[in-house]
Amino acid sequence: MNPEPVSATGVSTVVPSPSGAVPPAPSPTSSVGEPQPTGTEPPRFSGLRGLARWEVALFATFVVVFIVGRVLSPEFLTNYNFFNMGLSNGELAIMALPMTLIVVTGEIDLSVSSTLGLGSSLLGLLWMHGWPMPAIIIVVLICGAFLGAFNGFLVTRVGLPSIAVTIGTMLLYAGIAEILLGSNIISDFPATYTNLGVYGVPGIGLSYSTVIFFVLAVIFGVVLHFTPFGRSLFAMGANQEAAIFSGLRVKRTKMILYIVSGIVCSGAGILYTFRLSTAEYDNGTGLVLSVVAIVLLGGVSIFGGKGSIVGVVFAVLIYSGLLDMLLLTGFPQQASGIVIGGLLLLSVLVPSVPEFQARLRAGRHRLRRQGHEGAIVHSRPVAQPLATSDGGGKDGQGGPSI
Amino acid sequence: MSSQDTALVQATGSPQRLVDMVFRLREYGIIVVLIVFIAVTTGIQPRFIGQQNIKFVLLNATIYALLALGETMVVVSRQMDLSVGSVLGLSAYVSSNLFGQVHGIPIPVVFLVGIGIGLVCGIVNGAITAFARVPGLVVTLATLYIIRGVDISIIGGGEVAASSLPAHFSAIGSDSVVGVPYVTICVAVVIAIGTYSLRSFRPGRELYAIGSNPDAARLVGIPIARRVFSAYVTSGAIAGLAGVIWASYYGTVDSTAGTGYELTVVTAVVVGGVAIFGGSGSATGAAFGALLLSTIATALYALGVSPFWDPAFNGLLLVLAITLDRGIALRLAEVMRKRTFRHEP
Repeated sequence: MNPEPVSATGVSTVVPSPSGAVPPAPSPTSSVGEPQPTGTEPPRFSGLRGLARWEVALFATFVVVFIVGRVLSPEFLTNYNFFNMGLSNGELAIMALPMTLIVVTGEIDLSVSSTLGLGSSLLGLLWMHGWPMPAIIIVVLICGAFLGAFNGFLVTRVGLPSIAVTIGTMLLYAGIAEILLGSNIISDFPATYTNLGVYGVPGIGLSYSTVIFFVLAVIFGVVLHFTPFGRSLFAMGANQEAAIFSGLRVKRTKMILYIVSGIVCSGAGILYTFRLSTAEYDNGTGLVLSVVAIVLLGGVSIFGGKGSIVGVVFAVLIYSGLLDMLLLTGFPQQASGIVIGGLLLLSVLVPSVPEFQARLRAGRHRLRRQGHEGAIVHSRPVAQPLATSDGGGKDGQGGPSI
Repeated sequence: MSSQDTALVQATGSPQRLVDMVFRLREYGIIVVLIVFIAVTTGIQPRFIGQQNIKFVLLNATIYALLALGETMVVVSRQMDLSVGSVLGLSAYVSSNLFGQVHGIPIPVVFLVGIGIGLVCGIVNGAITAFARVPGLVVTLATLYIIRGVDISIIGGGEVAASSLPAHFSAIGSDSVVGVPYVTICVAVVIAIGTYSLRSFRPGRELYAIGSNPDAARLVGIPIARRVFSAYVTSGAIAGLAGVIWASYYGTVDSTAGTGYELTVVTAVVVGGVAIFGGSGSATGAAFGALLLSTIATALYALGVSPFWDPAFNGLLLVLAITLDRGIALRLAEVMRKRTFRHEP
């Protein structure tokens, strides 16, 4: 492919053509200001209306969860319980925010819980060596930035698939935490700090981690939805090549996101340590699965290019509400995975129902031409020639296909 | 299709051989690393290649290698199965619990029950992934939770005690011939068969095709959904089988059996040379990956390094392996491009 003529015209042909590959929907006017749906799958929720529908569904679920919770247990809707709910899920919720941004760009970071654990271990280790707490906190956050930068380096500069990289660094960081602390358990933190972990913010009645989550959620929400930077994330997730050709600095942006994720997660590690008053090497193990579950439940597409912070916030509320409800009703806490997993499964199954019905209706012949792109992680637009022959009329306005 | 294939092979004859060679080298590379590792460790601590230790390493690697066979099938087709650890746990508990509940139950029936449990889990994973077209990573992340949750609800706080298992059953996991456990030999045979069928039979080769280019695979008429479905079902059944073996080896089964295995298995598969986005690698390579991981774990112990270093090593190995693969792929692409230019008139 010739690099020169692509720069300006290439983009305009690349972006609309995938949407030409799907059943010919008379393009609604609302899709103008909205980020284009991913190039590799039909725009199930293209346009503001579609996006809103998912959030409305989440909101309805949220209301149902809280009503059912109230019916099952009179303690559910009390200030004390809200405090507890926020306290026990605060770190998880905080980690979901940078994860949202990363998944929107089509990548993933599975090392978040290990970053939390390493942050916690480092905190404990330095405290054991008599460092002053403010210095420790700064060092831990810087260390988190480096951990994120290492992920970002491998993903953007070396060009490795983020899922493999972060499975590797998940093991690596957890391993380093283990090396740092070994079997030591450090729990002699001063009450000034551990109080931050267990008491509420004065006058608000919510834990510090909850308040930090909401503040960060507003910041991340504004950045994702109302800044050029945030919108560029959607562009990258929707079509990476197009984003590169339109001059977005994809590598640098992803690098920034991984660094932010590292900082935020090590910060969550500090909160986690203060909440439990304990620094142990396996702090936070396994939280990553819950974080991913929350982000996907929040309507963020695993393929990138779609999602909103509002959805993720509702997902956090649903998640903590459900877990708390199970706790209050005496459901075995360990088995709550059934509920979380079921929720995750539902959140990916429900959006694919219309598509599934459409496929059933279209029959076998059409099915073969339409393709199996939904289930494939990094599908390249190879089938473009086929798509153009499918909807030739649409192609006329975009110029010749590449 | 076959005539096109032969034409393709003729046109690109030498680069094809080159690719084959490089991938085979990648597999041998693991074996070389393994040998070097064993040699160095033995040099420092001669007891490392003692009878008892070899048996321990092999037994440990056997379960991972078996799981890696199923995982290879799934990963080769550009999917992932994260539920293997949970399936193993459920199968291990339910199957070994049968000995206490049904007096004198024949051991083959127990194996069948274990495999059956795995089959059911695999069918659920496969059906949702292949027919509802949801990415397998997400589906199996969910079923990882769900199956573990089911496991915990069945078990509660209890466990199967080693003493409740019949001696014949426990012998499966411990008896050996000339220092090599029977299970390891059986699993090695299964892996050999698996590797051969993946490489030489049509459904196997089609998995590679799906993984290396899904769109092209669809265009040549490969039934993608059916193939991906059967890969998941096979992986589930294998995890179920591994669960029974796990139970016979460890004896005591509680609700944490197999927790976190999925990550080790994925690591083993990737370290063993299977590309994480599908299309290349073999089950033999994955098995050697598993062997390497468990050798390292034991070697660290033998060398007096704290076992705390083990996860960090695994992670580092995984990152190194994918970096190496990336380097090879880039280099290979460059060589192939040069060759293509040279062949042009």
